[in-house]
Amino acid sequence: MSEKSHVISTLVEHKPGVLQNVASLLNRRGFNIDSITVGTSEVEGLARMVFVVKGDEKVLEQVIKQLHKLVDVVKIKDLDPDYVLKRELCLVKVKTTREKSRSEIIEYADIFKAKIIDVCDDFITMEVTGNPEKIDSFLRLLKPFGIKKIARTGPTAIARGHH
Amino acid sequence: MRGGDAIIKALMDKGVDTIFGYPGGTVIPFYDMLYDSDLRHILVRHEQCAAHAAEGYARASGKVGVCLATSGPGATNLVTGIANAYMDSSPLIAITGQVVSNLIGNDAFQEVDIMGITMPITKHSYQPKDANDIPSIINTSFEIASTGRCGPVLIDVPKEVQEQELDDYVLGTIPTPGYKPTVKGNSKQIAKAAKMLLEADKPFILAGGGTILSGANEEVKKLAELINAPIATTLMGKGIVDEKDDLSMGMLGMHGKQVANQNINKTDCLLAIGCRFSDRTTGKLEEFIPNAKVIHIDIDPAEIGKNVAVDLPIVGDAKIVLNQLIKELEAKPSDKNAWLKSIVEFKKSTIPRVSYDDIPLKPQQVIKEIANSITEDTIVTTDVGLHQMWAAHFLDISKPRKFISSGGLGTMGFGFPAAIGAKVACPDDAVLAIVGDGGFLMVSQELATIKEYDIPVVIAMLNNRKLGMVYQWQNKMYNQRYSQTDMGSTPDFVKLAESYGINAVRVEEVGKTQEILSKALKDNEAILVDITVEKNEFIPMFPPGGGINDLLGEYKYESDVELSKDSQHAEGGE
Ligand SMILES: Cc1ncc(C[n+]2csc(CCOP(=O)(O)OP(=O)(O)O)c2C)c(N)n1
Ligand SMILES: [Mg+2]
Repeated sequence: MSEKSHVISTLVEHKPGVLQNVASLLNRRGFNIDSITVGTSEVEGLARMVFVVKGDEKVLEQVIKQLHKLVDVVKIKDLDPDYVLKRELCLVKVKTTREKSRSEIIEYADIFKAKIIDVCDDFITMEVTGNPEKIDSFLRLLKPFGIKKIARTGPTAIARGHH
Repeated sequence: MRGGDAIIKALMDKGVDTIFGYPGGTVIPFYDMLYDSDLRHILVRHEQCAAHAAEGYARASGKVGVCLATSGPGATNLVTGIANAYMDSSPLIAITGQVVSNLIGNDAFQEVDIMGITMPITKHSYQPKDANDIPSIINTSFEIASTGRCGPVLIDVPKEVQEQELDDYVLGTIPTPGYKPTVKGNSKQIAKAAKMLLEADKPFILAGGGTILSGANEEVKKLAELINAPIATTLMGKGIVDEKDDLSMGMLGMHGKQVANQNINKTDCLLAIGCRFSDRTTGKLEEFIPNAKVIHIDIDPAEIGKNVAVDLPIVGDAKIVLNQLIKELEAKPSDKNAWLKSIVEFKKSTIPRVSYDDIPLKPQQVIKEIANSITEDTIVTTDVGLHQMWAAHFLDISKPRKFISSGGLGTMGFGFPAAIGAKVACPDDAVLAIVGDGGFLMVSQELATIKEYDIPVVIAMLNNRKLGMVYQWQNKMYNQRYSQTDMGSTPDFVKLAESYGINAVRVEEVGKTQEILSKALKDNEAILVDITVEKNEFIPMFPPGGGINDLLGEYKYESDVELSKDSQHAEGGE
């Protein structure tokens, strides 16, 4: 079975319990959730919830139908991977104890358009946004310096152009 | 008017005459307000039975059933009943008390997160924070419970909200932008379905519980006549057509009728209506209807294609879609009838044997006597176990909503309280509960309820002193290792019932069941009939995981009885 990664964008009622209900439904129906982001949407009272999930097509179809059954879920879209814009925010704290570390890190930050948001004796903290793959590469480069902490939001997504 | 009064008024405005419940700390305000109201309340003896009774009420009447319990243990005791209603798509409203809002989350006395606990087994739930919302919440809960694919809705009412004064009683609605069930079938799909059905040489109809919920009995029959198709049902669909009718093949599935199980795989076009192809109905999917095109009509799109691959999906309400389909077919009904004829022949040559004169009584004989004592209008409920399958297999049901059984969840303890609810909903109909000794003991305390409120339910208990269904599996599949299925020192059920003030009789001989049941049903009297039945009589089945035509056990035929009598005569016996 092909376990493809899907980005599902839903419009849900913005009230307590909805996230729990949606997450537990996905879990119950055998879907692994890689990430969830939730925030307000263009419609007042409705939130946009974006998941990245892995599972086979038949299970995905069933999950989307089951999600439709939740009274609090208003709209669901399985975003076409060819037309999806995915962005994620990542905060990362890196060790600067080694000599020259700091300048090298700042160089990388420049390339990845990361912003330095905090500096102290031993650490530098940066924020970077972009699609998840870009963030992965940035973190890979930082690894040798010693990463102290990573906080990632998981991607949120929207369809390109008229899609 | 306070929150509790608003609950009562809104329920009555929605046409509820009776609720089933049990009081406790967080619903004392509600019960205090109930004291002065005209809403009838039946005090059950265990909350689980309040939910089952409310479901029985709903399924017998087609209305929404309502049960109510206190927070914490009262609410958790409802859970099995809510799950049962969810699995069988019964319109149910469960109201629970909750601790006062400012204590929620503090592990207060008798606090449980009942909304969280029941999330996977409810269609929706509400927790009013403001008493002014109560009427609209109740109104919308009725809408959700009883439309689309029916199901339970939970309303969890904090104690202080029950006591809060309303500014105004407005029976409005709570917006539900995400809820819009499709009821009408897509006309292009309907036309395609009609074409497929006419082209088929061996069409077959499978009708599930959805047809009963939608009231599609006339339509199912009409359609079958137009396309000359036999009709089998699931357990939940029993009664959608008169099972005595030539068109009816009875129940399909693990313990289904031979005529249904052995013919469905011959079909080239299966029309499935309001059913969900559960494993107990289909058996191994790889061996189910190998040559058939499948048309599936269901109000719940998630059921279509879930278990069985579908060639033509039609989302909509069974009655409405079937009427669309009938319109399409009426002009040019099928002229093929060889297939149906052959099935009817098959049916006539495989009439299951129900006549036995053995002692202990054979369950089949008991079902035959039950059949002889009821009318078309008797409401039969069953518990879960062998007795349920004997009834489902051998008892012909003639009308919808006359057979009420726990299908999807298979809940022991359902049958008796469901009968109570059915009798409350339909006091003019005779109500018979067919139960086993194991399941009845789970809910026997409700004898107090039927005594207290004079609810004349007739209970036929098939007593094999075993957890018979499990015992059968152990016999057939676990080398007769009977682990924990002997009921050992069962009570004297006659004395048990009498101690509640309910009449009871023990039956051990042929003919007595019929005699007693006929009289009790006619006289509208509550009675427990404790019928001693043979423990080693098993119902034919396909094994779990097996295909629909795998058979454990053997079919026996009523015609064999005549033969054996004839041969006795020939030998000059009797
Ligand atoms: C609440 C619950 N517990 C356990 C089971 C498993 N189970 C199914 S049938 C059955 C035996 C039922 O025994 P009884 O009520 O005596 O009926 P019989 O099968 O003997 O007719 C059991 C234990 C169940 N379905 N429900
Ligand atoms: Mg038993």
